[in-house]
Parts: sequence; structure tokens; C-alpha cells
Amino acid sequence: MKKNACLIPLYVWTAVFVLFPLAIVIYFAFTRAGGTGFEFSLEGFSRLADPMYLGVVLKSFKIAIISTLVCILCGYPAAYILARSRSRAKFIIVILMLLPMWMNFLLRTYSWLSILENTGIINTVLASLGLPKVRFLYNEGAVILGTVYNYLPFMIMPIYITLLKLDESHLEAAADLGANPFQAFLRVTLPFSVPGILSGVSMVFVPSVTTFVISQLMGGGKVPLIGDVIEQQFRVVNDWHFGSALSVVIMVIVLIFMHFINRGDVESGTGNGGRILR
Amino acid sequence: MGERILELSGIYKTFDGMDVLNGINLYIEKNEFLTLLGPSGCGKTTLLRIIGGFLTPTQGDIFYRGKRINDVPPHKRNINTVFQRYALFPKMTVGENIAFGPNIKKWDKKKIDRDVDEMLELVSLRGFRDRDVTTLSGGQQQRVAVARALINKPDILLLDEPLGALDLKLRKEMQIELKRIQQESGITFAYVTHDQEEALTMSDTIVVMNGGKIQQIGTPQDIYNEPKNAFVADFIGDSNILCATMVRDLEVKFLDCIFPCIDRGFGENAPVDVVLRPEDVILVPKCENLPSGEVVSSIFKGVHYEMRVDVCGETIIAQSTVNCPPGSIVSLRVDPENIQVMHKSENSPDRKKITSDEISEVEI
Amino acid sequence: MKKLSKCYIGLVLAFLYAPIGVLMVFSFNASKSRANWQGFTLDWYRQLFSNDALMSSLYTTLLCGFLAALIATIIGSMAAYGLAKNKGKKSTLVLSVAYIPMLNAEIVTGVSLMLLFTLMGLDLGFFTMLLSHITFCIPYVILAVLPKARQLDWSLYDAAQDLGCTPTQSFWRIMFPELLPGVFTGFLLSLTMSIDDFIISFFTTGNGVSNLSISIYTMAKRGIKPEINALSTIMFAAILIILIVANVSAAKKDHNKSKRSMRI
Repeated sequence: MKKNACLIPLYVWTAVFVLFPLAIVIYFAFTRAGGTGFEFSLEGFSRLADPMYLGVVLKSFKIAIISTLVCILCGYPAAYILARSRSRAKFIIVILMLLPMWMNFLLRTYSWLSILENTGIINTVLASLGLPKVRFLYNEGAVILGTVYNYLPFMIMPIYITLLKLDESHLEAAADLGANPFQAFLRVTLPFSVPGILSGVSMVFVPSVTTFVISQLMGGGKVPLIGDVIEQQFRVVNDWHFGSALSVVIMVIVLIFMHFINRGDVESGTGNGGRILR
Repeated sequence: MGERILELSGIYKTFDGMDVLNGINLYIEKNEFLTLLGPSGCGKTTLLRIIGGFLTPTQGDIFYRGKRINDVPPHKRNINTVFQRYALFPKMTVGENIAFGPNIKKWDKKKIDRDVDEMLELVSLRGFRDRDVTTLSGGQQQRVAVARALINKPDILLLDEPLGALDLKLRKEMQIELKRIQQESGITFAYVTHDQEEALTMSDTIVVMNGGKIQQIGTPQDIYNEPKNAFVADFIGDSNILCATMVRDLEVKFLDCIFPCIDRGFGENAPVDVVLRPEDVILVPKCENLPSGEVVSSIFKGVHYEMRVDVCGETIIAQSTVNCPPGSIVSLRVDPENIQVMHKSENSPDRKKITSDEISEVEI
Repeated sequence: MKKLSKCYIGLVLAFLYAPIGVLMVFSFNASKSRANWQGFTLDWYRQLFSNDALMSSLYTTLLCGFLAALIATIIGSMAAYGLAKNKGKKSTLVLSVAYIPMLNAEIVTGVSLMLLFTLMGLDLGFFTMLLSHITFCIPYVILAVLPKARQLDWSLYDAAQDLGCTPTQSFWRIMFPELLPGVFTGFLLSLTMSIDDFIISFFTTGNGVSNLSISIYTMAKRGIKPEINALSTIMFAAILIILIVANVSAAKKDHNKSKRSMRI
């Protein structure tokens, strides 16, 4: 088999189904429907200045950033404990953490509604104890809960994999040189795990900032995000130009993000180490 | 003289504009053990791959029993290879590895069975037939690789630094073992190595290569005793190579002294190189007519001491069973028949000592 | 400290499994309520099999997953093999482009493919969904196969030819078995991705063709039917059983291997 011939199917497929479609999106983003056909226009982008849309964009960022931070804060200790554990159960626990991903994410998210809604499990329990009901759903907090729930394993796994590679002798050396466990963690473990955190961030942030299902389910449509607006433009309003402009904005965000996170390191796959888990 | 089964004529090979082989002419005789010897990067592996059919020469022809085989692919050549890191098929047992070639060629099952046992016997691996190849030691894998190639009854067996990955003791054992296998099977071996000692021990013919060119072809004795140029002398064994002047026939001048020698025909006052083997340099108490110098170091090597003596700005290596402590002043004496006079060659000005440590890096 | 660690891991697992547990428990609930337990029943499991819409979307999901994984595995494995010896700039460039569907936001991939199909005049449906799934599965296959391809020992390829194989025979007899674990991982990964996909399917299917995710999404607006909880419970249990069987057999294999080397 000739090596280059092996690449032809990939080239053809990528050209037709990846690059060409993206070119179409970019084309629509920079045009608008004119009298005779499409004409060049930045209208799609200028509409983003509309406070309503600007608010949506900012809110998407806010929710994605908070979700990512929560994932780091909750995920790091879990990854650390697992990586440092010598217990035999640890591999089972790792599998258990990945297992939920094999259940449809919509259903899992939807199931939170049963737990949290006004007539849900928690409120039923509260009521039976004579406590007042709590309104959990249909606010930003609920959307954050939904994203954290869905993407937490994507944060834990890359950090865990990175920490596994940390050689015990580094910590022993640090201790030998007079560092207490906390200093050793700050000076050795934490810097060592930065690549894991970064790939975790890229895997949590990008889907969080562009989600539209979680916001619809958990936010009940009251917390629209960029993803929701794009979905509306294509499925309801049929304004392909504005929808494409928003998609281009997202692409640019993703690109900038990937640039900082991966530093073009596609080869080693560290940046994607956890993506494989999806 | 045996039958010439393979002949290479005017072989050139260029990779990305780099000349790796520069006009190689060589023939291999039936039943001989031929070694291609040279430092890494000298083109010996490339030459072997051309013979095996994995590369085609940029220029020149290969003849197999008189037929041109430049474009015959490896699987159609009756030549087999023992690869550098054995290249055993990891998912197969020892027996399956050895039977691979015959199975491809669809030999009779019973014959394959018999031959595999015969091969295991030949390489002293009886009882290993069902073992997983990944559980074998380096030496055992080596034997499997040899058996896997030999079962096909090739006309020539190519061995590409087959002992490179083994430790010293095992390497010595395998050298003797390979020589025995070659003699028992009566198959022609073409062997690539950078280890001069290996080449001297095993070969019938040694081809010394450097810079994509053949430097010398000869028996081990020829190569050791009468190196044709400074490169060969330097590469084969430790040696002192010195710039010298052939004053007239039978007299050569180096280290500011005139020595009697047994060479003639170089002309008068001709610049030449001389080679002095360390074991031929005799250290004597200081004496007026001989070059003298200070011993700078003396290392005990087991059988003998190795002394380095500074003489006229040159460092001369001498070996002796008698120790001369550093700091002592000594003179050098060399018997006329031990002075090897050579024409200056293009490849010789490199005065750097090439020791076997420096070239132990594996050639790819 | 040890106890604290265990508690924390337990807490994380509880968080991850809470909705799954709730969903499974309520798939046996006698009433349609999602919060009040009204007694045990297997009715939903029975009704599931007579629910044509659900069964057809299950069929669509599995068929699309299988075909997409198969085709993506072929294209992706070939590409990984083609890139095996190539580590230079060219391979970095090819990979960066090939990984776009994996790294890009799914919604953008979905939207771009929808525009492509619409402009090509293709009716959105099973075929367009399949094409989209193949597109986003290829990078995962490359990701799974490439490390194996990069580890290939090319002298084995030479050795096979040396022993009489044609180049084609050498590939299939010697090189392909070495790639196989990666190819298999790539296939499974693709299958999982395809079965679980919602966003890209959502934009690229139409005309009433829907997979499970889309059916669930549509239902979520009107209230989830307990049958789908039953279906997910079955699917989850199936995955669990496959995983356990795979692990047990792998453990057994290891055990045998160590036994064998002991004997040696």
C-alpha cells in the first residue's frame, strides 16, 4: 500500500465535509441578502452590538467561565486523590467516572429535573419534613449545575492522567530538599499538572460556551446562551447570515482558546487526551 | 576460487542529494563468510539493503548468477536477511516465526514441520518451538531470527549488525555460534558490522568501507597486517599512524629519525603514512639514535600495560607487559618488518583516532 | 485524611450517579410521575417494545452508529497508516485540519454541514446524518490508531517481504494485526460518539428521521415518557455487562499469561 494513497480518502472527505462547509459559513457570515443576490456585509457582526445579543454573549461567557472554574475546583481534588491512591479500587472508580457518559446526556440532564423541580424529589423530601420548598431550576445556577454535571469527568480525566505520570521521586526530592507537603504540592505537583488542567479547560470551556440544550432544559429557556441564538437563527428564524456570523464568532473563540491551550501540539495528543473519553 | 553468485558493479546510491554509495564493485563467492566493515554512516547497511532488494541503486547493476536483478523485489529473491533488531513477528511463536517463509511459499506441511525442528536443532533451541518470541532473551531471539531466515535455504544470508544489541559476553558466544552455523549449513553469509574484532574473528573476506567507498578487500590477515591506507589501519585495531617520508628504498623517516624498513618502490623523499601497531612498539631505556619522549600515562589492561608516550609532539601508544611509570623518559624501537608503509590516501588526513567506542553507535 | 479522601470521591460519584439512579428507579415506577414512587412495575419495559416511534429511533441510532463507525474506521485507519512514517510539518498540518471536527464547537460543525447539505440540494434525513456522523468520527479513529501506527516496527514489513510475502501480503499478515487494537478502539469510540450525539444530528437530520437523542429532545418539551427511561436503563445495563465481561476476560488472560511465564 502506498502511504500517500492511504491519505486520499481523508483529504477528499475533509475537503468536502469539513473545509468546504466552514467556507460556506464564513461566506454567509460576511454577506446579506441583497436585491439580486448576496452582497458583502458586516451586518451579522454589527447586530452583535445589540445589547440583547451582547448580553447573551456575555452571559454565555460568564456561565462557561464559572462552570470551568467549578469543574477545576471540584475535579482537581478528585483527580489528585485518585492519582495518588494505591488502592486497587482506583481503576474501578476511574471506570465508574467515565461510565455515565455512556448514558444519553440529554436523559441524564433531564433526570436532574426530577430531582430538582418544584414537585421533585428534594422538594418532596423538604415538604415532608415541613420545610419550605426551594426553587432550584430555571436560573443561571441550574444551567451551571447542568454544565458542571455534564463536563466534570472531562476535567477530572486529563488531570488524573497527567498526575499519574508524576514520578514519586520528584516529591521525595522536594521533601528531601526541605519542602513540606503543602510546599511540595505548590512547587512540584501543581506546575506538573498544568498541561492536564489546560486540556481539561479546553474540553469543558468550549462545549459550555456553545451549549444550547443544557440551557434549554435546566434554564427552561429563561437563560438563553449563544448556542440558543444560533439554533434559533437556523431552525426558527432562518436568518442564515446572522447565524453564520455567530458561528464565526464561536469559531474564533475556539481558535484563540486552542492556540493558548494546545500551542499547536496536535502530535502528542496531550491536548486531546481526554477528548478521547467522550 | 568459489563460484561468484552475486556481483555488484558500479553501484551508486543517493538519498536526498547525499551520496551514500560511491561506485561499489564487489562480488560474493559461494560458501564464503563476507563481512562489510566500516564506521556508522559508511554505507554498509545501504549496500546490504540493495542486495536484499529493499533499495534499488541509483546507478549500477546487481547480478545474481549472471542475471541482472535490480528490479526484482525482495520476496522474489532467494536471499534472506537477519535484521538489526531481529524483526521477529511478535504475535507468533518461535515455531510460527520459523515456519513463516515456508508457509508463504506453501511447502508441504510435513516438510515444514521437519525443517522447523531441524532448524531449531541447528540454532540450539530445541524445545523452544511453542514459546512466545517476546519471552526470549536477546541471544535466543537472535537464534530464532537466523533459523527463520535459514529455513528458506537462501543462496545468501544477509546479517545486518545482528549482534549489536547483545552484551559483550553473549556477543562473543554468538560469533562462534554464527560461524559454526555458517559452516554447518554451507550457506553464504554477508555480514555487516562496525566491530573490527567481530569481523576479524568470523570472516573469510572483509570489505572495509568508508564514505560510501570500498577501502580494502582482503582476508582478515591481509587487512590487519597490511592495511592499504591510514583509514583501514586506524579502523582495524589500535594503531599509531604517522606522517613519514620515504627517504629511499628500505629507509623511512618519522619522528625525526630514520628507520630501516622492508618496503621499496615509493621513490625518494616521497611523503607516506606509516602504521605502527602498539604491540610492535618496544620501549627501551633512553638511547641517542632512537626517538625519545616522556611517558604521559600508563594503564593496566589485564594482559599488558598500555603506555602513551609523547614524542616530538605526537602521542604514541605502546603496549608491553612491563610497566613504564608516567614521567619516565623512554626511547622507541620498532623492528623493520613491523613498519607498515602506505601511500597517502585521500581519506587519510583525518588523524583523529577512531576507537571502537566512538563508533559503537548503531547505524540505521 | 484517608477517610476524607474516600468521602470526597464518594461525593463526586454520588453527584455523577444521582440522576442515573433516579432515572433507573423511576423506570420501574408504577405511575408516570418522576418524583412520587407509586409501586413497582415492569409495564414501561413491556410498552417500550410496542412503541414504534421509539423502536424506530433506536434502530436509526444503531444503524447510523454502526455504518458511521465502520466507514470512519476505514478512512481514519488508512489515514493514520499513511501518516505513520511522517512526523514532519506536513503531518502536523494534516492532523490540525483533520482534527477540526473534534476540536471545533459541535454546533458550528452541525450548522456548517446543514448549510452544505441544503445548498447541495440534499434532503435532510438519514443519509445526511450518516455523512455528518462519519465526519466527526474520523478524527477519533485517527486519534486511536495513530499511536499504534507510529509504533509500527517497519523492519517487520521488510522481514515479511524478505521471507516471501508480496507487499500486500506483508501488510495484511503482519502490519494490520499490529494496528488492530487501535482500529478496534477507534471503531468503538466512533460507535459511542455516534450513538450519543445530539447536536450535530439535530442540525443534519430531518423529514421525521430521528435518532434517540432527538426523540428524547423532542419529548423533553412535552414530558419524557417512562419508556425511554426503561430503554436507557437497558442500554446502560448492557454497557455495564459488556464492560464487566471485557474486564473479567482481560483479567483472565493476564492471569493465564502470568501462569504461562511462571511455567517457563
